[in-house]
Amino acid sequence: MSLPQDLQYTKSHEWVRTEDDTATIGITDHAQDELGDVVFVELPSVGDTFEAGESFGTVESVKAVSDIYAPVAGEVVEANSALEDSPEKINEDPYGEGWIVKLKTSGSSDDLLSAAEYEKVMKEGD
Amino acid sequence: MLSEKTLGSLIRDKGRPGRRGFTLPKNDVENLDLEKILPKKALREEKPELAEVDEPTAVRHYTNLSRKNWGIDTNFYPLGSCTMKHNPRANEAAAATPGFASLHPLQPEKQSQGALRVMHELQGFLSEVSGLSAVSLQPLAGAQGELTSILMVRKYFEDAGDTGRTTVIVPETAHGTNPATATMAGFKSKEIGVDEHGGVDVEELREAVDETTAALMITNPNTCGVYERNITEIAEILHDAGAFLYMDGANMNANMGRMRPAKAGVDIMHYNLHKTFSTPHGGGGPGCGAIASTEKLAPFRPDPTVEKSGDEFRFVRPEKSIGRVAGFHGNFGPILRAWNYIKMHGPELRDVTDMAVLNANYVRAKLGGAYRVPYNELCKHEVVIQPPEGKRALDIAKGLIDHGYHPPTIYFPLVVKEAMLIEPTESESKETLDDFIGAMLELAETSDEDLEASPTTAPTRRLDETRAARQLKARW
Repeated sequence: MSLPQDLQYTKSHEWVRTEDDTATIGITDHAQDELGDVVFVELPSVGDTFEAGESFGTVESVKAVSDIYAPVAGEVVEANSALEDSPEKINEDPYGEGWIVKLKTSGSSDDLLSAAEYEKVMKEGD
Repeated sequence: MLSEKTLGSLIRDKGRPGRRGFTLPKNDVENLDLEKILPKKALREEKPELAEVDEPTAVRHYTNLSRKNWGIDTNFYPLGSCTMKHNPRANEAAAATPGFASLHPLQPEKQSQGALRVMHELQGFLSEVSGLSAVSLQPLAGAQGELTSILMVRKYFEDAGDTGRTTVIVPETAHGTNPATATMAGFKSKEIGVDEHGGVDVEELREAVDETTAALMITNPNTCGVYERNITEIAEILHDAGAFLYMDGANMNANMGRMRPAKAGVDIMHYNLHKTFSTPHGGGGPGCGAIASTEKLAPFRPDPTVEKSGDEFRFVRPEKSIGRVAGFHGNFGPILRAWNYIKMHGPELRDVTDMAVLNANYVRAKLGGAYRVPYNELCKHEVVIQPPEGKRALDIAKGLIDHGYHPPTIYFPLVVKEAMLIEPTESESKETLDDFIGAMLELAETSDEDLEASPTTAPTRRLDETRAARQLKARW
């Protein structure tokens, strides 16, 4: 299971990459593997604002529909509209082309996990 | 590949222009010009594309389609959460009685006293089973019964001038429709987790409840087939905060005669008459999501309910009604079948519950070992299991098709990975259950390769569900 060391994670299986004040967010390799084939992604609109921990969209797979939660608070500056036609990118490349949203964020959150901490969460979940 | 031979062609393709399956007698009334009696917007510009076939072709077409159907009348159908039990034929006889079948919903009350009596008596039966005195038979399905209930709760608080109630709490083991209901009724839905028994986490609930809470929606037994053992305490927590306890009663075939929701502190609930009291359902067939509530919520029930004054039954609008939730008087078919089912059983409704619970526990006990049972304690009418380590629920489900069974519900409830939710129902014999268990045990031993190749005996092989969902082709 791929787990890039330079990203931060949440207990609800999102990853976040923070560069300056932009946070790029997606779901982890573990999450996409558990969900199975993703068939639909509901994206937020540019300009929407979210609190940390608030649901900003949904990922629908052949098994289930799951909320995706904002790891940090912020305003949507870009949503990955390529996912509308090609939701399989989330399965194929969860940390790259399968990114979901970019938020303009004013800070971090204390609840974010390192790769090592997230690995522990995954193991407890099994 | 899906060939025409396996799936059959459309009836339209079997016709020829001008071919008819009937002849009409000579017209002996005046021919009216449609354009003179109907407004233009009501007239078609082109003729409808109807099938033009002879009668034998029509009969064969639909008979062959029906033979591809997989239903409770052909096979065991342990679809968890759905209660696909046998529909007694006596119900159908009652529903076919000409006095009922030919009744028009706009006929005056005086001419519909029999139907009104059935509705009035059923209101009483449902009140007896739940212990909740006020009933409405209006909602047309379970989800609408939920919505009706939560709209009544909302109207109660509006009427009381309590405008701060914005939240409905939903445990993650509730039916998937519950959060949707809360949202549709204008509330925010807040999710809480489960404890180690698969029941509502009472401590988490205690923290989540405050002065903004309007209600908790609880499914009991919940979607893990587990009885909410703390329901009385849960009710107290809500009542102390001035909120209501709503119960999703879709699983009442695990409660009837054994557990009265009112006694546990439930304020309002819905029934699925088509499940618990047997009307053929599935595929969206007509249902009834009757609701029952305490006197406190009674004035807000939908319009109308049936009351008896003297010897006469009549429709009455509850004082502060939320209004109509259905056209006419609800779905009368399921109402009549439920009345008939309850009349046939009387106090033996308790035996229905006992058999449903016994059958589910028999399946649990026999499959435990070969399969994993996440909540391996006494269950109610359904049991959630997991395939042996390394196997997938989807493959076992497809394998069951080759053994002649409708697969159980899979990947639900969401709180259990690779969940398979089995509801054998009360109407199955021990022999049927033993055959099913035998098939399940065999599948647990079947090689992954063979499982992945299944089904091999169905009209189609394994369908590409991912592609079907990604490249949706819907026609209506």
